Amino acid sequence: MARNILVVGELEGGELSSTTAELLALGTRLVDGGAVSVTLLGSGAGDAAGAAFAAGADNAYVSSDAGYDDFRSDQWVGAVEEAMGQSSPDAVFIAQSMAGRDLGPRLAFRNDTAVAMDCVSVEDDGGDLKATRSCYGGSAQATYSFATSPAVATIRAKSQDPLETPNDGGGNTVELSGAGDSRSEIVGREAAVSEGLQIQDAPIVVSGGRGLGDPEGFEVVEELAATIGTDKAAVGASRAAVDLGWYPTSQQVGLTGKVVTPDLYVAIAISGASQHMAGCSGSKTIVAINRDPEANIFTAARYGIVGDYKEVVPALIEAVKNLD
Amino acid sequence: MHLVVCAKQIPDPETPPAAFRIDEANNEVIPAQGIPPVLSQFDGMAAEAALRIVEAAGEGKITVISLGQESAQAAIKQVLAMGADEGILLEDEALQGGDSYTTARTLAAAIEHLGDVDAVFCGRQAADWDMGQVGLGIAELLGWPSAIIGKDAKVDDGSMVVERVTGDGFETVSMPMPAVVTISNEIGDPRYPKLQQIMQAARKTVTRLSADELGLDPSTVGDAGARLKLERLFIPVVEGEVELMEGETAEEQAQALAAALREAKIL
Ligand SMILES: Cc1cc2nc3c(=O)[nH]c(=O)nc-3n(C[C@H](O)[C@H](O)[C@H](O)COP(=O)(O)OP(=O)(O)OC[C@H]3O[C@@H](n4cnc5c(N)ncnc54)[C@H](O)[C@@H]3O)c2cc1C
Ligand SMILES: Nc1ncnc2c1ncn2[C@@H]1O[C@H](COP(=O)(O)O)[C@@H](O)[C@H]1O
Repeated sequence: MARNILVVGELEGGELSSTTAELLALGTRLVDGGAVSVTLLGSGAGDAAGAAFAAGADNAYVSSDAGYDDFRSDQWVGAVEEAMGQSSPDAVFIAQSMAGRDLGPRLAFRNDTAVAMDCVSVEDDGGDLKATRSCYGGSAQATYSFATSPAVATIRAKSQDPLETPNDGGGNTVELSGAGDSRSEIVGREAAVSEGLQIQDAPIVVSGGRGLGDPEGFEVVEELAATIGTDKAAVGASRAAVDLGWYPTSQQVGLTGKVVTPDLYVAIAISGASQHMAGCSGSKTIVAINRDPEANIFTAARYGIVGDYKEVVPALIEAVKNLD
Repeated sequence: MHLVVCAKQIPDPETPPAAFRIDEANNEVIPAQGIPPVLSQFDGMAAEAALRIVEAAGEGKITVISLGQESAQAAIKQVLAMGADEGILLEDEALQGGDSYTTARTLAAAIEHLGDVDAVFCGRQAADWDMGQVGLGIAELLGWPSAIIGKDAKVDDGSMVVERVTGDGFETVSMPMPAVVTISNEIGDPRYPKLQQIMQAARKTVTRLSADELGLDPSTVGDAGARLKLERLFIPVVEGEVELMEGETAEEQAQALAAALREAKIL
């Protein structure tokens, strides 16, 4: 059954975000003869339409109004509503981003329909959409169907593959209105993010937990990352370590922190609670360093060392230096 | 000033993975033996945010509302012990088994029933289903503005000012009241009630309201009104087995690990 799909796009530095491309590819897999549309809002939106067509969109609803650059729920909901009015979607896909966490429920409730948050898959099951997401802190997974239309789903970053070969057919661009009123106003902002490689982008993430014992423990974690290479490895932390004030919130990995999917994830003095694993279980290879052989992290790890990190990590730094 | 805290009782999210079980036939979590349900962590933090506002203002009332079973009294009492003034338990056959939509609808109806509410505080997400939508749903149904994932909130000159966590730092948002705020763990640990407060809480009133008393048509709430249908609940299989590095010393183990990672072309 042909269905129309609307993807709420996001821009990063004026360019189509990689997650938007993933959502568009998901759209093309489920559209079944209908149309995949995308909304693009903010500076650079008009230029990003080309990238969206290549990533799978048939139609782009754009407004390059800089008023959309900062996410304000009221304005974005208004714009997406306008695009929904024109594209009559059967399903709306939104990234599980900071914007998407707000937009998903707002849009769904405004349209008298349901939203499934943070989905890792959406499938066509005999004509019905079924969305699967993790719950209970990552201990369980739940599959839902939608009793109302459109089905709204926010989708976890990197859970979907982008198109293998870009589309070259182009598409239609439709102008949306500029940003309307917002009841909320952003009155202050503070950047608190580490310089350089971000944990979501790093091919290797080395994380420390409460078992480090003190904030100084992160020094050896950072040294290990630096030895691997600052262009490859970034440093993350468990929530317990962040809550203790040992490491910045922006570096938290997990259910309520960031989701990372590196080639290598090294968990140092982290027990591997389900809520932590929710943020790193998509890693290709997990290495655990923990003095407790019973720690849950070893059930998810490919390689492990049972021992005191104070001895193991310095030794590992030396061993990495001596490779080649 | 009248603030509402929405508090949910959930299975303890710190239940060890080995004790976590699912009844796949009924798509339900089987309560772990000897581990009592708890107040969802972020809801205690939402209560903390509301209490700070009342303390700063030197006046104000806090009502805590929970939709759930009889046992949810415990969650309500916990927030009362922290310092909230009144409790409401929404417990009724017709209200059971809903989804985020029916939950938000029921809570919104209770908030409207109170009539004079200036702000609603919710957790960023309930730590059972991890949805993170009820607070926004209440805001949408009541037509109020909202700010999510707050680490602190204050009332300034009649506006609700929320410091919130973003992907790359913090942002301060100001909005007119009434408004909905959802709170995250960055606010810090909520206050721990003193014994005397726990005893006082035992005497505070908890009002019960039914779907009928809230003027809710039973077909729009609970299981009957749910729009998201749970088809399957299961425990994901983790594949593979860990290879523990052998060696007499940390050095030998570390060398074995580095070699294994090199062998696998990861390092
Ligand atoms: C709703 C909810 C959301 C949550 N969200 C997140 C989230 O996003 N991210 C997150 O990380 N957590 C999250 N948590 C918390 C999670 O449940 C755990 O409490 C947390 O991950 C524990 O952090 P940890 O592993 O660093 O600490 P612990 O569980 O205390 O583990 C410390 C580990 O260090 C080991 N250790 C101690 N000393 C040494 C040593 N010298 N050498 C080697 N090993 C040592 C111990 O054996 C232990 O395994 C959440 C919880 C809830 C309820
Ligand atoms: N049954 C409930 N009773 C009271 N508050 C609830 C209930 N369900 C959800 N909430 C509130 O809404 C927040 C988000 O829940 P959710 O959208 O289910 O993740 C929770 O942290 C609570 O503050």
